[in-house]
Amino acid sequence: METKPMYLIKGGKRLDGRKLEEWRDIEIKTGVIPNADGSCQVNFGKTKVIASVYGPRELHPKHMVMSDKALVRARYDMLSFSVEDRKRPGPGRREIEISKVTAEALRDVVLVEKFPRAVIDVFVTVIQADASTRITGLNAASVALADAGIPMKGLVTGVTFGKIYDEKGKGYMAVDVYKPEDQWGNADVAYARSIATNEVVLLQMDGDVTKEEFFQGKEMADKAIEYTYQQQLKALKAKYEGD
Amino acid sequence: MKEKNLITPGEVIVEGMDYLPGEGTYRDGSVIRSSLLGLTQTRDRLVKVIPLSGRYIPKRDDHVIGVVKEVRYSNWIVDIRAPYDALMMVGEAVDRFIDLKKDKLSSFFNIGEVMICKITNVDESMTPMVTARGPGLRKLTDGRIIDVQPSKIPRLIGKNASMVKMIKDHTGTKMFVGQNGKVWLQGGNEALVIKVIRKIERDAHKQGLTDEILKILESEGNGNKADVSD
Amino acid sequence: MIDKVTLKLMTDSFKNGTRLDGRKLDEFRDIKIETGVIEKAEGSAMVSLGDSKVLVGVKVNPGEPYSDSPNEGVLMVGAELTAYSNDSFETGPPKEGAIELARVVDRAIREAKILDVSKLVIKSGEKVWLVFVDIYTINANGNIFDAATLGAMAALQTAKLPIFKEDEVIRENLKDPLPTNGTVVSSTFVKAGDSIIVDPTMKEELALNARLTIGIKEGNIVSLQKGGDFGFKDDELEAMFDRALAHSKKLLKALK
Repeated sequence: METKPMYLIKGGKRLDGRKLEEWRDIEIKTGVIPNADGSCQVNFGKTKVIASVYGPRELHPKHMVMSDKALVRARYDMLSFSVEDRKRPGPGRREIEISKVTAEALRDVVLVEKFPRAVIDVFVTVIQADASTRITGLNAASVALADAGIPMKGLVTGVTFGKIYDEKGKGYMAVDVYKPEDQWGNADVAYARSIATNEVVLLQMDGDVTKEEFFQGKEMADKAIEYTYQQQLKALKAKYEGD
Repeated sequence: MKEKNLITPGEVIVEGMDYLPGEGTYRDGSVIRSSLLGLTQTRDRLVKVIPLSGRYIPKRDDHVIGVVKEVRYSNWIVDIRAPYDALMMVGEAVDRFIDLKKDKLSSFFNIGEVMICKITNVDESMTPMVTARGPGLRKLTDGRIIDVQPSKIPRLIGKNASMVKMIKDHTGTKMFVGQNGKVWLQGGNEALVIKVIRKIERDAHKQGLTDEILKILESEGNGNKADVSD
Repeated sequence: MIDKVTLKLMTDSFKNGTRLDGRKLDEFRDIKIETGVIEKAEGSAMVSLGDSKVLVGVKVNPGEPYSDSPNEGVLMVGAELTAYSNDSFETGPPKEGAIELARVVDRAIREAKILDVSKLVIKSGEKVWLVFVDIYTINANGNIFDAATLGAMAALQTAKLPIFKEDEVIRENLKDPLPTNGTVVSSTFVKAGDSIIVDPTMKEELALNARLTIGIKEGNIVSLQKGGDFGFKDDELEAMFDRALAHSKKLLKALK
């Protein structure tokens, strides 16, 4: 959308027909990259992200080696055709920042002491972008790590939420932000939790909200996270169940 | 709590302080949670999770198939398909004495050569030490090597090596199963062996696998129990 | 690195006319092509050659023509041998392998005149359509050249041309296809010992000492690329050309 729309919500319906508390269709499947130790593709509506894990394996360069634990390294990348305006290949500042917060969220749950001196490489690759890519990538990375047999305290699950305006300019909190809402809304939050340890492991926000609005959005997001977590578990078990 | 239950990281296996957290699990207050995607297993009060995936982690006394990666002055670096490369010292390669001043190490084991070796020790920095001296340990020069998921190796070997013996008997194939997920085959009905191994990989978590494998071997194998040493 | 036991088994098998995966020396792996997998891109295709998987996307943007061809659109082909497609690939900007891949696919498409660049002009001398073909390995197990060429063809042939209206680009509800002409396919051969095999796996590529990729359009040879540190004999060349021509029929069928 080149020009700012008159509203992002009208009569209780967002521009794609969803209600405020509705998230997009979620698809999760593992084993999409057979060479990797673990891999997973997650789709949130049109946003499609593949995560893959290689490790634990030997770490180069040697100066990054930690003698008592493994290094968890994440690399977030968008394929050039994943966005409307073709993206030039190579990581820019945005990609480097997202890689950092992704690695930090995962380090919270990976039991790194079990593999001193090694590295666990996590690749998050956006193949089609319709906002919420880092969160979709984190959901995929978490499943990929489990698929790879990396010991963890538990999975990491996230969702975005934001503040969108109606035709009078009044703001409403909405869950699972997609592109027009990300581009034109008043706020958007990337939020992820570790269910097993009951902690927030990723939290970033651009915007302008009151404290009440934030917790209103978070409450909706927590429900979406519950649902997404169940989908992650299902996807992990799918290979071994049913026959 | 059901035995051999499929479980994911973070899921609660059991509640209460009566149980002890074993491999693949951790204690979280009054509950024990899984740290892996795997199958639960309880022995007495010890709760474990057997992983369904993951790279090979070297353990002392494991027999593995390694490939020489580097030849150095007084040792070899051996790739054993683990997060850590193994080290074979000059005295652990062959039974005769190697004189570093006269003998070239590469004449004993050169880059790319394959061996059955044993892990003698894993130090705190996780470097495995291996030896090629000992019963059954040797250089491999021909045959076929296939990669198998390390987490499925116990199932391929079977209780008291019963599964691998069953496969050898029905196919006449010489086999060595490395704990590190590398399997060496030679002769007999190699194609049948590979077919059976891939089925074990796919269905390792299922009940009744042994019977299914036996059925396949009986219908497609050579019928007679061949005499294969090794 | 390929271990000596596997290398011996491989070269012994070649002498018996088979390969480690049971294929004959002149047999391609199963080919699967899925187009339109990235709906928001103007064109896309996911190609599998056995378990070698490549994703190709086409983006079409307005831009300036080259000064020496004011009435032609521009084709640009890029490729990445991604770090996540194989344990031995490293992160970082494309190195010589990826650059060679991009240029070889570009050469096949350009020399076969697949894209009619004269029909990609918006305003002569000022604005034309730039067609970006980007190739990414998803799972690398050998013969990325042929998989990428198939992917680029499938993506271009199913791609849609955006509309340039009042200084804006419209990408929704597109109906017009990109102006394409015919189809180019390629066959890649590697020589290992005295045997020449087609569609190599990663292990076979590691054992190779010479490689030749042959691009074919309508029974003619349109592009050639030799790689590897060793050479081919003249009669081997002719044999490969014949085999490539035979394979092109099957490869064309896969694209339909």
